[in-house]
Amino acid sequence: MTVRGLRPLSILSVVLVAVGFAMAFLYAPLDTDQGFRQKIFYLHVPIGIVALIGFVIGGIHGLRYLRGGGSEADLRSYVHIHQSQILAVSVLITGAIWGKTAWGAWWRWDEPFLVSFLIVFLLYCTYQPLRLSIDDPRRQARAASVFAVVAGAFVPINFAVVRMADAYLHPRTLSNAADGSMPTPVLVTFLTCLVAISVLYATLVRYEVLSKSTTFRLRALERRAGGDDLIPRRSAVPQA
Amino acid sequence: MSAQTTISGPRAVLAVLRKDLRLELRSFELLPAMGLLALGTMIVLRFALDQETVEGDLAAGSLLVPLLFASLLGISRLFAGEERDAGIQQYLLSPAPAGALLAAKVLGLTAVLVALEIVLVPAFGLLLLGPELLPVLPELVLVLLLLDLTLATLGGIVAGIAIGARSRELIVPILVVPLAIPALIAAQQALAPVLEPGAEALAWRWPAVLAIYAVVLALVGSVVGEYLVED
Repeated sequence: MTVRGLRPLSILSVVLVAVGFAMAFLYAPLDTDQGFRQKIFYLHVPIGIVALIGFVIGGIHGLRYLRGGGSEADLRSYVHIHQSQILAVSVLITGAIWGKTAWGAWWRWDEPFLVSFLIVFLLYCTYQPLRLSIDDPRRQARAASVFAVVAGAFVPINFAVVRMADAYLHPRTLSNAADGSMPTPVLVTFLTCLVAISVLYATLVRYEVLSKSTTFRLRALERRAGGDDLIPRRSAVPQA
Repeated sequence: MSAQTTISGPRAVLAVLRKDLRLELRSFELLPAMGLLALGTMIVLRFALDQETVEGDLAAGSLLVPLLFASLLGISRLFAGEERDAGIQQYLLSPAPAGALLAAKVLGLTAVLVALEIVLVPAFGLLLLGPELLPVLPELVLVLLLLDLTLATLGGIVAGIAIGARSRELIVPILVVPLAIPALIAAQQALAPVLEPGAEALAWRWPAVLAIYAVVLALVGSVVGEYLVED
Protein backbone atom coordinates (compact mmCIF):
# COMPACT_ATOMS: atom_id res chain seq x y z
CA MET A 1 0.00 0.00 0.00
CA THR A 2 1.52 3.33 -1.04
CA VAL A 3 0.57 6.99 -0.58
CA ARG A 4 0.33 7.43 -4.34
CA GLY A 5 -3.11 8.70 -5.31
CA LEU A 6 -4.09 9.42 -1.74
CA ARG A 7 -3.77 13.23 -2.00
CA PRO A 8 -6.03 13.60 -5.10
CA LEU A 9 -8.51 11.19 -3.53
CA SER A 10 -8.53 13.26 -0.32
CA ILE A 11 -9.08 16.52 -2.28
CA LEU A 12 -11.85 14.85 -4.30
CA SER A 13 -13.53 13.69 -1.04
CA VAL A 14 -13.49 17.18 0.46
CA VAL A 15 -14.80 18.77 -2.75
CA LEU A 16 -17.57 16.19 -3.20
CA VAL A 17 -18.72 16.41 0.42
CA ALA A 18 -18.73 20.24 0.21
CA VAL A 19 -20.69 20.15 -3.06
CA GLY A 20 -23.14 17.57 -1.65
CA PHE A 21 -23.85 19.63 1.46
CA ALA A 22 -24.10 22.85 -0.56
CA MET A 23 -26.65 21.19 -2.86
CA ALA A 24 -28.57 19.83 0.15
CA PHE A 25 -28.93 23.30 1.66
CA LEU A 26 -29.00 25.57 -1.42
CA TYR A 27 -30.30 23.51 -4.38
CA ALA A 28 -32.67 20.85 -3.03
CA PRO A 29 -36.14 22.25 -2.27
CA LEU A 30 -37.69 22.16 1.18
CA ASP A 31 -39.85 19.07 1.65
CA THR A 32 -43.55 20.01 1.81
CA ASP A 33 -44.31 17.52 4.61
CA GLN A 34 -41.16 17.51 6.69
CA GLY A 35 -39.65 20.94 6.07
CA PHE A 36 -36.03 21.61 7.05
CA ARG A 37 -35.55 18.43 9.09
CA GLN A 38 -35.72 16.36 5.87
CA LYS A 39 -32.23 17.72 5.01
CA ILE A 40 -30.68 15.27 7.45
CA PHE A 41 -31.61 12.47 5.06
CA TYR A 42 -28.94 13.68 2.62
CA LEU A 43 -26.45 12.63 5.29
CA HIS A 44 -28.30 9.85 7.16
CA VAL A 45 -29.33 7.67 4.21
CA PRO A 46 -26.01 7.73 2.25
CA ILE A 47 -24.06 6.99 5.44
CA GLY A 48 -26.40 4.08 6.17
CA ILE A 49 -26.05 2.64 2.67
CA VAL A 50 -22.25 2.99 2.65
CA ALA A 51 -21.95 1.47 6.16
CA LEU A 52 -23.94 -1.59 5.14
CA ILE A 53 -21.96 -2.02 1.93
CA GLY A 54 -18.76 -1.61 3.98
CA PHE A 55 -19.79 -4.45 6.31
CA VAL A 56 -20.47 -6.71 3.32
CA ILE A 57 -17.11 -5.75 1.71
CA GLY A 58 -15.48 -6.63 5.06
CA GLY A 59 -17.06 -10.08 4.71
CA ILE A 60 -15.79 -10.43 1.13
CA HIS A 61 -12.23 -9.63 2.25
CA GLY A 62 -12.71 -12.10 5.12
CA LEU A 63 -13.59 -14.78 2.57
CA ARG A 64 -10.53 -13.74 0.53
CA TYR A 65 -8.36 -14.32 3.59
CA LEU A 66 -9.87 -17.76 4.20
CA ARG A 67 -9.25 -18.67 0.57
CA GLY A 68 -5.53 -17.87 0.96
CA GLY A 69 -5.65 -14.09 0.38
CA GLY A 70 -2.92 -13.46 2.95
CA SER A 71 -2.72 -11.01 5.85
CA GLU A 72 -3.44 -8.05 3.54
CA ALA A 73 -6.99 -9.40 3.04
CA ASP A 74 -7.45 -9.70 6.81
CA LEU A 75 -6.23 -6.11 7.27
CA ARG A 76 -8.69 -4.85 4.62
CA SER A 77 -11.52 -6.81 6.23
CA TYR A 78 -10.63 -5.25 9.61
CA VAL A 79 -10.45 -1.72 8.19
CA HIS A 80 -13.76 -1.97 6.28
CA ILE A 81 -15.52 -3.24 9.40
CA HIS A 82 -13.89 -0.58 11.58
CA GLN A 83 -14.86 2.29 9.25
CA SER A 84 -18.39 0.91 8.87
CA GLN A 85 -18.74 0.73 12.65
CA ILE A 86 -17.95 4.46 12.82
CA LEU A 87 -20.52 5.18 10.09
CA ALA A 88 -23.08 2.97 11.87
CA VAL A 89 -22.75 5.11 15.02
CA SER A 90 -23.37 8.18 12.83
CA VAL A 91 -26.47 6.54 11.34
CA LEU A 92 -27.87 5.79 14.79
CA ILE A 93 -27.17 9.34 15.99
CA THR A 94 -28.57 11.10 12.89
CA GLY A 95 -31.58 8.75 12.90
CA ALA A 96 -32.28 9.55 16.55
CA ILE A 97 -31.98 13.31 15.85
CA TRP A 98 -34.45 13.00 12.98
CA GLY A 99 -36.77 10.88 15.15
CA LYS A 100 -36.76 13.48 17.92
CA THR A 101 -37.78 16.23 15.50
CA ALA A 102 -40.33 14.12 13.60
CA TRP A 103 -41.86 11.91 16.31
CA GLY A 104 -40.82 13.74 19.48
CA ALA A 105 -38.89 10.65 20.63
CA TRP A 106 -35.22 9.75 20.27
CA TRP A 107 -36.05 6.11 19.64
CA ARG A 108 -38.98 4.16 18.21
CA TRP A 109 -39.04 0.35 18.29
CA ASP A 110 -41.49 0.21 15.38
CA GLU A 111 -38.93 1.81 13.05
CA PRO A 112 -37.39 -1.23 11.31
CA PHE A 113 -34.34 0.49 9.80
CA LEU A 114 -33.17 2.01 13.09
CA VAL A 115 -33.81 -1.27 14.94
CA SER A 116 -31.99 -3.26 12.23
CA PHE A 117 -29.05 -0.91 12.43
CA LEU A 118 -28.93 -1.27 16.20
CA ILE A 119 -28.85 -5.08 15.90
CA VAL A 120 -26.15 -4.96 13.21
CA PHE A 121 -24.16 -2.46 15.26
CA LEU A 122 -24.51 -4.66 18.35
CA LEU A 123 -23.20 -7.65 16.40
CA TYR A 124 -20.21 -5.78 14.96
CA CYS A 125 -19.40 -4.38 18.43
CA THR A 126 -18.19 -7.92 19.24
CA TYR A 127 -15.61 -7.90 16.41
CA GLN A 128 -12.76 -6.21 18.31
CA PRO A 129 -13.36 -8.11 21.60
CA LEU A 130 -13.32 -11.34 19.57
CA ARG A 131 -9.98 -10.46 17.96
CA LEU A 132 -8.53 -9.34 21.27
CA SER A 133 -9.48 -12.59 22.99
CA ILE A 134 -7.33 -14.69 20.62
CA ASP A 135 -3.57 -14.36 21.09
CA ASP A 136 -2.27 -16.34 18.13
CA PRO A 137 -2.30 -13.87 15.15
CA ARG A 138 -3.08 -16.61 12.58
CA ARG A 139 -5.92 -18.05 14.62
CA GLN A 140 -7.16 -14.49 15.35
CA ALA A 141 -7.22 -13.62 11.65
CA ARG A 142 -9.03 -16.85 10.78
CA ALA A 143 -11.71 -16.45 13.47
CA ALA A 144 -12.19 -12.77 12.57
CA SER A 145 -12.53 -13.65 8.87
CA VAL A 146 -15.16 -16.30 9.61
CA PHE A 147 -16.98 -13.74 11.75
CA ALA A 148 -16.79 -11.18 8.92
CA VAL A 149 -18.29 -13.69 6.43
CA VAL A 150 -21.11 -14.76 8.78
CA ALA A 151 -21.92 -11.18 9.84
CA GLY A 152 -21.77 -9.96 6.21
CA ALA A 153 -24.39 -12.57 5.27
CA PHE A 154 -26.42 -11.66 8.37
CA VAL A 155 -26.78 -7.97 7.45
CA PRO A 156 -29.36 -8.30 4.62
CA ILE A 157 -31.28 -11.10 6.38
CA ASN A 158 -31.59 -9.06 9.55
CA PHE A 159 -32.92 -6.06 7.60
CA ALA A 160 -35.46 -8.21 5.75
CA VAL A 161 -36.79 -9.92 8.90
CA VAL A 162 -37.04 -6.77 11.04
CA ARG A 163 -38.74 -4.95 8.15
CA MET A 164 -41.26 -7.81 7.75
CA ALA A 165 -42.11 -7.71 11.45
CA ASP A 166 -42.85 -4.00 11.74
CA ALA A 167 -45.09 -1.41 10.16
CA TYR A 168 -43.41 1.35 8.19
CA LEU A 169 -42.85 4.68 9.89
CA HIS A 170 -39.61 5.79 8.34
CA PRO A 171 -39.89 7.57 4.96
CA ARG A 172 -38.87 5.14 2.19
CA THR A 173 -36.19 7.21 0.46
CA LEU A 174 -34.99 4.54 -1.97
CA SER A 175 -38.50 3.35 -2.87
CA ASN A 176 -39.42 6.94 -3.73
CA ALA A 177 -36.30 7.20 -5.89
CA ALA A 178 -37.07 3.91 -7.65
CA ASP A 179 -40.71 4.63 -8.48
CA GLY A 180 -39.95 8.09 -9.85
CA SER A 181 -41.92 10.01 -7.22
CA MET A 182 -38.79 11.80 -5.98
CA PRO A 183 -38.37 15.28 -7.56
CA THR A 184 -35.28 15.59 -9.82
CA PRO A 185 -33.40 18.18 -7.65
CA VAL A 186 -33.90 15.93 -4.60
CA LEU A 187 -32.77 12.83 -6.51
CA VAL A 188 -29.69 14.60 -7.96
CA THR A 189 -28.74 15.95 -4.50
CA PHE A 190 -29.26 12.56 -2.89
CA LEU A 191 -27.10 10.78 -5.50
CA THR A 192 -24.37 13.45 -5.19
CA CYS A 193 -24.32 12.97 -1.41
CA LEU A 194 -24.21 9.20 -1.88
CA VAL A 195 -21.20 9.48 -4.20
CA ALA A 196 -19.53 11.99 -1.82
CA ILE A 197 -19.91 9.72 1.22
CA SER A 198 -18.75 6.69 -0.81
CA VAL A 199 -15.59 8.49 -1.97
CA LEU A 200 -14.97 9.80 1.58
CA TYR A 201 -15.34 6.25 2.89
CA ALA A 202 -12.93 4.86 0.27
CA THR A 203 -10.41 7.58 1.20
CA LEU A 204 -10.67 6.85 4.93
CA VAL A 205 -10.25 3.12 4.26
CA ARG A 206 -7.09 3.78 2.25
CA TYR A 207 -5.71 6.04 5.01
CA GLU A 208 -6.36 3.43 7.69
CA VAL A 209 -4.91 0.54 5.65
CA LEU A 210 -1.79 2.62 4.99
CA SER A 211 -1.51 3.71 8.63
CA LYS A 212 -1.93 0.18 10.03
CA SER A 213 0.49 -1.45 7.60
CA THR A 214 3.10 1.31 8.21
CA THR A 215 2.73 0.92 11.99
CA PHE A 216 3.19 -2.83 11.65
CA ARG A 217 6.32 -2.46 9.50
CA LEU A 218 7.73 0.05 11.99
CA ARG A 219 7.14 -2.34 14.91
CA ALA A 220 8.77 -5.16 12.96
CA LEU A 221 11.83 -2.96 12.40
CA GLU A 222 11.87 -2.01 16.10
CA ARG A 223 11.78 -5.68 17.04
CA ARG A 224 14.65 -6.45 14.68
CA ALA A 225 16.66 -3.55 16.08
CA GLY A 226 15.82 -4.36 19.71
CA GLY A 227 16.37 -8.10 19.51
CA ASP A 228 14.04 -10.76 20.89
CA ASP A 229 13.24 -8.78 24.05
CA LEU A 230 10.58 -6.78 22.20
CA ILE A 231 7.67 -9.17 21.77
CA PRO A 232 4.56 -8.16 19.76
CA ARG A 233 1.87 -6.50 21.88
CA ARG A 234 -1.51 -8.20 22.23
CA SER A 235 -3.75 -6.35 19.78
CA ALA A 236 -7.07 -6.55 17.96
CA VAL A 237 -5.41 -4.98 14.93
CA PRO A 238 -4.24 -7.47 12.26
CA GLN A 239 -0.49 -8.05 12.26
CA ALA A 240 -0.25 -7.55 8.51
CA MET B 1 2.06 -48.40 -1.85
CA SER B 2 0.40 -45.47 -0.12
CA ALA B 3 -3.33 -45.94 -0.41
CA GLN B 4 -4.65 -43.26 1.94
CA THR B 5 -7.68 -44.33 3.93
CA THR B 6 -10.43 -41.71 3.97
CA ILE B 7 -13.69 -41.50 5.88
CA SER B 8 -16.74 -40.17 4.08
CA GLY B 9 -18.39 -37.01 5.45
CA PRO B 10 -21.65 -38.68 6.62
CA ARG B 11 -19.72 -41.49 8.37
CA ALA B 12 -17.50 -38.97 10.15
CA VAL B 13 -20.55 -36.90 11.16
CA LEU B 14 -22.28 -39.99 12.56
CA ALA B 15 -19.16 -41.10 14.43
CA VAL B 16 -18.65 -37.71 16.12
CA LEU B 17 -22.39 -37.35 16.82
CA ARG B 18 -22.51 -40.82 18.41
CA LYS B 19 -19.45 -40.00 20.51
CA ASP B 20 -20.91 -36.67 21.71
CA LEU B 21 -24.33 -38.13 22.55
CA ARG B 22 -22.75 -41.08 24.37
CA LEU B 23 -20.56 -38.73 26.39
CA GLU B 24 -23.59 -36.61 27.32
CA LEU B 25 -25.65 -39.67 28.27
CA ARG B 26 -22.82 -40.97 30.47
CA SER B 27 -21.94 -37.70 32.17
CA PHE B 28 -25.47 -36.21 32.04
CA GLU B 29 -23.86 -32.84 32.62
CA LEU B 30 -25.17 -30.39 30.05
CA LEU B 31 -28.85 -31.26 29.69
CA PRO B 32 -29.79 -30.92 33.41
CA ALA B 33 -27.93 -27.60 33.59
CA MET B 34 -29.75 -26.31 30.49
CA GLY B 35 -33.10 -27.54 31.83
CA LEU B 36 -32.58 -25.92 35.22
CA LEU B 37 -31.51 -22.62 33.67
CA ALA B 38 -34.52 -22.62 31.32
CA LEU B 39 -36.98 -23.42 34.14
CA GLY B 40 -35.34 -20.85 36.40
CA THR B 41 -35.59 -18.19 33.71
CA MET B 42 -39.26 -19.07 33.19
CA ILE B 43 -39.93 -18.58 36.90
CA VAL B 44 -38.01 -15.29 36.87
CA LEU B 45 -40.16 -14.13 33.94
CA ARG B 46 -43.34 -15.06 35.81
CA PHE B 47 -42.36 -12.66 38.61
CA ALA B 48 -40.70 -10.06 36.38
CA LEU B 49 -43.87 -9.80 34.28
CA ASP B 50 -46.07 -10.26 37.37
CA GLN B 51 -48.37 -12.61 35.43
CA GLU B 52 -49.74 -15.91 36.77
CA THR B 53 -50.57 -17.08 33.26
CA VAL B 54 -49.41 -15.78 29.90
CA GLU B 55 -50.86 -15.86 26.39
CA GLY B 56 -50.12 -14.48 22.93
CA ASP B 57 -47.00 -12.29 22.71
CA LEU B 58 -46.06 -12.78 26.37
CA ALA B 59 -46.41 -16.56 26.09
CA ALA B 60 -44.18 -16.68 23.02
CA GLY B 61 -41.55 -14.54 24.75
CA SER B 62 -41.77 -16.54 27.99
CA LEU B 63 -40.96 -19.72 26.08
CA LEU B 64 -38.33 -18.35 23.70
CA VAL B 65 -36.18 -16.37 26.16
CA PRO B 66 -35.51 -19.38 28.47
CA LEU B 67 -34.75 -21.47 25.38
CA LEU B 68 -32.23 -18.91 24.14
CA PHE B 69 -30.51 -18.70 27.53
CA ALA B 70 -30.33 -22.49 27.81
CA SER B 71 -28.94 -22.78 24.29
CA LEU B 72 -26.15 -20.34 25.26
CA LEU B 73 -24.95 -22.90 27.82
CA GLY B 74 -24.92 -25.64 25.20
CA ILE B 75 -23.14 -23.49 22.62
CA SER B 76 -20.41 -22.43 25.09
CA ARG B 77 -19.58 -26.10 25.74
CA LEU B 78 -19.97 -27.36 22.18
CA PHE B 79 -16.27 -27.95 21.50
CA ALA B 80 -15.30 -28.48 25.17
CA GLY B 81 -14.58 -32.19 24.57
CA GLU B 82 -12.37 -31.50 21.55
CA GLU B 83 -10.44 -28.72 23.27
CA ARG B 84 -9.36 -31.05 26.07
CA ASP B 85 -6.22 -33.10 25.35
CA ALA B 86 -5.70 -31.52 21.91
CA GLY B 87 -8.80 -33.28 20.57
CA ILE B 88 -9.06 -30.99 17.53
CA GLN B 89 -5.48 -31.72 16.47
CA GLN B 90 -6.17 -35.45 16.87
CA TYR B 91 -9.34 -35.13 14.80
CA LEU B 92 -7.42 -33.29 12.09
CA LEU B 93 -4.86 -36.11 12.01
CA SER B 94 -7.66 -38.55 11.23
CA PRO B 95 -8.78 -39.02 7.60
CA ALA B 96 -12.20 -37.49 8.37
CA PRO B 97 -13.12 -34.24 6.54
CA ALA B 98 -12.66 -31.13 8.72
CA GLY B 99 -16.13 -29.73 7.97
CA ALA B 100 -17.81 -32.91 9.26
CA LEU B 101 -16.91 -31.95 12.83
CA LEU B 102 -19.01 -28.76 12.61
CA ALA B 103 -21.94 -30.63 11.02
CA ALA B 104 -21.84 -33.22 13.83
CA LYS B 105 -21.78 -30.49 16.47
CA VAL B 106 -24.82 -28.78 14.87
CA LEU B 107 -26.79 -32.05 14.83
CA GLY B 108 -25.71 -32.84 18.40
CA LEU B 109 -26.84 -29.44 19.67
CA THR B 110 -30.15 -29.83 17.80
CA ALA B 111 -30.69 -33.18 19.56
CA VAL B 112 -29.90 -31.62 22.95
CA LEU B 113 -32.30 -28.72 22.31
CA VAL B 114 -35.06 -31.13 21.27
CA ALA B 115 -34.47 -33.19 24.44
CA LEU B 116 -34.62 -30.00 26.50
CA GLU B 117 -37.94 -29.02 24.91
CA ILE B 118 -39.46 -32.43 25.65
CA VAL B 119 -39.25 -31.35 29.31
CA LEU B 120 -39.57 -27.60 28.94
CA VAL B 121 -42.70 -27.35 26.76
CA PRO B 122 -44.94 -29.46 29.06
CA ALA B 123 -43.56 -27.52 32.05
CA PHE B 124 -44.40 -24.27 30.25
CA GLY B 125 -47.91 -25.57 29.55
CA LEU B 126 -48.44 -26.51 33.19
CA LEU B 127 -46.80 -23.55 34.89
CA LEU B 128 -47.35 -20.50 32.74
CA LEU B 129 -49.42 -20.93 29.60
CA GLY B 130 -53.02 -19.72 29.91
CA PRO B 131 -54.62 -21.43 26.88
CA GLU B 132 -54.59 -25.23 26.42
CA LEU B 133 -51.27 -26.59 25.15
CA LEU B 134 -52.40 -29.80 23.42
CA PRO B 135 -54.50 -28.27 20.59
CA VAL B 136 -51.57 -26.09 19.44
CA LEU B 137 -48.84 -28.69 20.01
CA PRO B 138 -48.23 -29.56 16.31
CA GLU B 139 -47.65 -25.90 15.36
CA LEU B 140 -45.50 -25.39 18.46
CA VAL B 141 -43.37 -28.45 17.65
CA LEU B 142 -42.86 -27.36 14.05
CA VAL B 143 -41.75 -23.82 14.98
CA LEU B 144 -39.51 -25.05 17.81
CA LEU B 145 -37.85 -27.65 15.57
CA LEU B 146 -37.02 -24.98 12.99
CA LEU B 147 -35.78 -22.68 15.76
CA ASP B 148 -33.61 -25.50 17.18
CA LEU B 149 -32.02 -26.09 13.78
CA THR B 150 -31.35 -22.37 13.35
CA LEU B 151 -29.93 -21.90 16.87
CA ALA B 152 -27.83 -25.05 16.54
CA THR B 153 -26.39 -23.96 13.18
CA LEU B 154 -25.48 -20.48 14.33
CA GLY B 155 -24.31 -21.96 17.64
CA GLY B 156 -21.99 -24.34 15.83
CA ILE B 157 -20.47 -21.52 13.78
CA VAL B 158 -20.05 -19.22 16.81
CA ALA B 159 -18.58 -21.99 18.98
CA GLY B 160 -16.15 -22.72 16.14
CA ILE B 161 -15.18 -19.05 15.90
CA ALA B 162 -14.56 -18.96 19.66
CA ILE B 163 -12.28 -22.03 19.73
CA GLY B 164 -9.00 -20.86 21.23
CA ALA B 165 -10.46 -17.61 22.56
CA ARG B 166 -9.27 -16.87 26.10
CA SER B 167 -12.63 -15.58 27.32
CA ARG B 168 -14.93 -17.91 25.39
CA GLU B 169 -17.69 -17.71 28.01
CA LEU B 170 -17.84 -13.94 27.35
CA ILE B 171 -17.48 -14.02 23.59
CA VAL B 172 -20.07 -16.73 22.82
CA PRO B 173 -23.15 -15.02 24.33
CA ILE B 174 -22.39 -11.59 22.87
CA LEU B 175 -21.98 -13.17 19.43
CA VAL B 176 -25.00 -15.47 19.62
CA VAL B 177 -27.59 -12.99 20.88
CA PRO B 178 -27.50 -10.50 17.95
CA LEU B 179 -27.25 -13.33 15.41
CA ALA B 180 -30.26 -15.06 17.01
CA ILE B 181 -32.50 -11.98 16.87
CA PRO B 182 -33.93 -12.63 13.35
CA ALA B 183 -34.71 -16.24 14.37
CA LEU B 184 -36.35 -15.10 17.60
CA ILE B 185 -38.39 -12.46 15.74
CA ALA B 186 -39.64 -15.11 13.30
CA ALA B 187 -40.41 -17.64 16.07
CA GLN B 188 -42.16 -14.99 18.18
CA GLN B 189 -44.28 -13.82 15.24
CA ALA B 190 -45.18 -17.42 14.42
CA LEU B 191 -46.04 -18.48 17.98
CA ALA B 192 -47.80 -15.38 19.37
CA PRO B 193 -51.09 -15.85 17.42
CA VAL B 194 -51.01 -19.61 18.03
CA LEU B 195 -50.71 -19.11 21.80
CA GLU B 196 -53.70 -16.73 22.00
CA PRO B 197 -56.84 -18.08 23.80
CA GLY B 198 -58.78 -18.54 20.53
CA ALA B 199 -55.70 -19.82 18.70
CA GLU B 200 -55.34 -18.46 15.18
CA ALA B 201 -53.93 -20.53 12.34
CA LEU B 202 -50.16 -20.55 11.96
CA ALA B 203 -48.96 -17.80 9.60
CA TRP B 204 -46.70 -19.88 7.34
CA ARG B 205 -44.44 -17.08 6.27
CA TRP B 206 -42.73 -17.01 9.68
CA PRO B 207 -41.77 -20.72 9.75
CA ALA B 208 -40.61 -20.12 6.16
CA VAL B 209 -38.40 -17.22 7.34
CA LEU B 210 -36.95 -19.50 10.06
CA ALA B 211 -36.28 -22.22 7.49
CA ILE B 212 -34.63 -19.76 5.08
CA TYR B 213 -32.42 -18.36 7.86
CA ALA B 214 -31.42 -21.91 8.86
CA VAL B 215 -30.57 -22.73 5.23
CA VAL B 216 -28.52 -19.53 4.78
CA LEU B 217 -26.62 -20.26 8.01
CA ALA B 218 -26.05 -23.86 6.89
CA LEU B 219 -24.68 -22.62 3.54
CA VAL B 220 -22.38 -20.13 5.30
CA GLY B 221 -21.36 -22.89 7.71
CA SER B 222 -20.52 -25.22 4.83
CA VAL B 223 -18.30 -22.49 3.31
CA VAL B 224 -16.47 -21.58 6.54
CA GLY B 225 -16.70 -24.91 8.40
CA GLU B 226 -13.37 -26.33 7.24
CA TYR B 227 -11.54 -23.16 8.34
CA LEU B 228 -13.00 -23.28 11.85
CA VAL B 229 -11.34 -26.54 12.80
CA GLU B 230 -7.88 -25.90 11.42
CA ASP B 231 -4.90 -26.44 13.65
